[in-house]
Amino acid sequence: MAHSPVPVTPRWPSIVATMLVLSLTFGTLGAVAWRAEWASGLAPADWVAVRFTVVQAFLSAAISVLLAIPVARALARRRFRGRQLLITLLGAPFLLPVIVAVLGLLAVFGRGGVLNDALTALGFSPISIFGMHGVLLAHVFFNLPLAIRFILQGWLSIPSERFRLAATLNAPVWRLLEWPMLRVVLPSTFLVIFLICLTSFAVALAMGGGPRATTIELAIYQSVRFDFDLGKAALLACVQFGLCVGAAILALRITAEDVTGAGMDRVVQRWDVARAGVDYAWIIAAAVFLLVPLGMVVLRGLPGIFDLPDTIWAAALRSIIVASGSAILCVSMALALAVRGGMLIAVVGVLPLAASGLVVGTGAFLIVFPFIRPADVALLVTVLVNATLALPFALRAIGPSAAQVNADYGRLGASLGMTGWAWVRLVVLPRMRRPLGFATGLAAALSMGDLGVIALFAGQAEETLPLAMYRLMGAYRMETAASAALLLLSLSLLLFWICDRGGSANADV
Amino acid sequence: MLTFENVLLSQGDFALTVDLTLPNAEIIALIGPSGAGKSTILSAIAGFFAPARGRICWDGADLAGVAPGARPVSMLFQDNNLFPHLTAAQNIGLGLHPNLKLTPAQIEVVETALVQVGLSGFGDRKPGALSGGQQSRVALARVLVADRPLVLLDEPFSALGPALKDEMLDLVKDKLHAAGKTVIMVTHDPADARRIADCAALVADGVVTAPVATAKLLDNPPPALAAYLG
Repeated sequence: MAHSPVPVTPRWPSIVATMLVLSLTFGTLGAVAWRAEWASGLAPADWVAVRFTVVQAFLSAAISVLLAIPVARALARRRFRGRQLLITLLGAPFLLPVIVAVLGLLAVFGRGGVLNDALTALGFSPISIFGMHGVLLAHVFFNLPLAIRFILQGWLSIPSERFRLAATLNAPVWRLLEWPMLRVVLPSTFLVIFLICLTSFAVALAMGGGPRATTIELAIYQSVRFDFDLGKAALLACVQFGLCVGAAILALRITAEDVTGAGMDRVVQRWDVARAGVDYAWIIAAAVFLLVPLGMVVLRGLPGIFDLPDTIWAAALRSIIVASGSAILCVSMALALAVRGGMLIAVVGVLPLAASGLVVGTGAFLIVFPFIRPADVALLVTVLVNATLALPFALRAIGPSAAQVNADYGRLGASLGMTGWAWVRLVVLPRMRRPLGFATGLAAALSMGDLGVIALFAGQAEETLPLAMYRLMGAYRMETAASAALLLLSLSLLLFWICDRGGSANADV
Repeated sequence: MLTFENVLLSQGDFALTVDLTLPNAEIIALIGPSGAGKSTILSAIAGFFAPARGRICWDGADLAGVAPGARPVSMLFQDNNLFPHLTAAQNIGLGLHPNLKLTPAQIEVVETALVQVGLSGFGDRKPGALSGGQQSRVALARVLVADRPLVLLDEPFSALGPALKDEMLDLVKDKLHAAGKTVIMVTHDPADARRIADCAALVADGVVTAPVATAKLLDNPPPALAAYLG
């Protein structure tokens, strides 16, 4: 028998990780399917929720993609001071707690927001952004940057020689080069955003609501928290799961590349670009749309940040503990899977993408409910669910580097007789510090800002910072909420920065 | 003593038959055109490539099923022979204990090895702070301290300049050979073989010839070797 050209590491960590992922995806799904009241079927109000979920996801994705095209094109062909910074900032919404962004959007577009103040001053009637508008606005805010990055990558992947050739032939660049590229890039971008919006809970919780703007996930939440109709919640969870799997399979079939941002500092030299003003107008509009709400969070939150009540600080501490636990668990699982490699990563790594926090949460709720008060395990379940849902991103961050370590040093390690812990401690961890730090930071920030499963489980005594913030907003204590938002934003970015720094400081290459 | 009993190495279209015994405590060169399977032979000895047929035995014991790290073999690859994040001393120490928990006596051995390859005082440096030749010396020191009688060299010095390469080959002869190790080196340059190898075997056309004295092989090359040497 041939020996694998990499040192042998124990099998059990990857088995534990696989079991955890499987039980949190298929296990909770089983619980949900078992408890679902199939006989009663969906009520008319539930059908409205299903339709709203799909329609808002479709519109959110369509608007994000359409607006992203001119911005990406402008970024692809203009070079200006701060361009790289802007592109880096476009990656930030991924780390941004949803509820913080919602607060920022409310500060601009909400009832007492800047925009309505201006409208009233000019004699117009104020606009309301609750309901469909609000959900779309928030989803576009989150996904426009993602769409821009996807599409910009597409633009930059067109070799500059082609533009040169087109220029010498005086051929139409749009028809010859750009439209064919967009035809490949747009569907996958659209589907990824569609999938994200399908499972986004916090936005619907904060901006939606009411019979006309309830998503399936919101309906699940209301069934559990307010009606305590677990059978109905389970049925809705099954519907949501079906939708997600459908969209995820579609998305996986047509997405291949990832958005790492590598090589995006390049500007293709072009000969067909005359109207610079239009390009810059798009860039400025996008930057204003994305940055002003965040500026408002800082502006409104700063005055009260040191007067926050003790409950908020306690919630912040809880959030830090949850985020740290979830990040460590997530990266340990990712490492265990990546070191073993093979099919395991491929399957276990994408499963959580089709799972939604609320479906997993409902399943977990159904499993623990007969034995224990759900609030007692709120934080533990949140840690587990957050770690699992962040696993695909962590794996994506460390997978290539794990493969590289095996390719470069696997045979050397094997021939030296390095095995198990010695191999991991002496070679894997030091060689992978950078991506491990990045992945830890990513998982920590995602968990820090998560407002999903915790909303199902937590009582007053277990609330995390995002949940506490949401409850402050519900009580119209907007000043305090803004300060809590600033705290949450700072803590998320700080956690990410610490982990990412920890990985790259003094790293030997 | 390393023996190949009717060994067939095959992968896809590639097939190589090896049936020979290699003498102990000598430097044996494997010469032949690229793609003939020289490196594959080393991979099979090291345990990275399983023979389709036959047995590879060390002192009469079949090596099949023995993990690479448990074989009596040290191997130097074409590149990546050192871990860049470990110091020279740590890299050498890996030859003594793969988890680097060294006894004071073993640390002493590492120091001695550093002196032997002419790198005394360089133990705390990481490979990035060493020249290419110095890096090769560290790798040789690790092979030197390891309690493994068989050394496989898969052209580890090919990235060095001619003078430096000759220096390393001489070091192989002076230190490894002198320490009683059996060295099997792959080379496509007959000058390398002439410089240090006691005997040489030709790998070509799917077979390996029995090793004969290097000068004898190179001075009266068989047709396949003559074609290769040009």
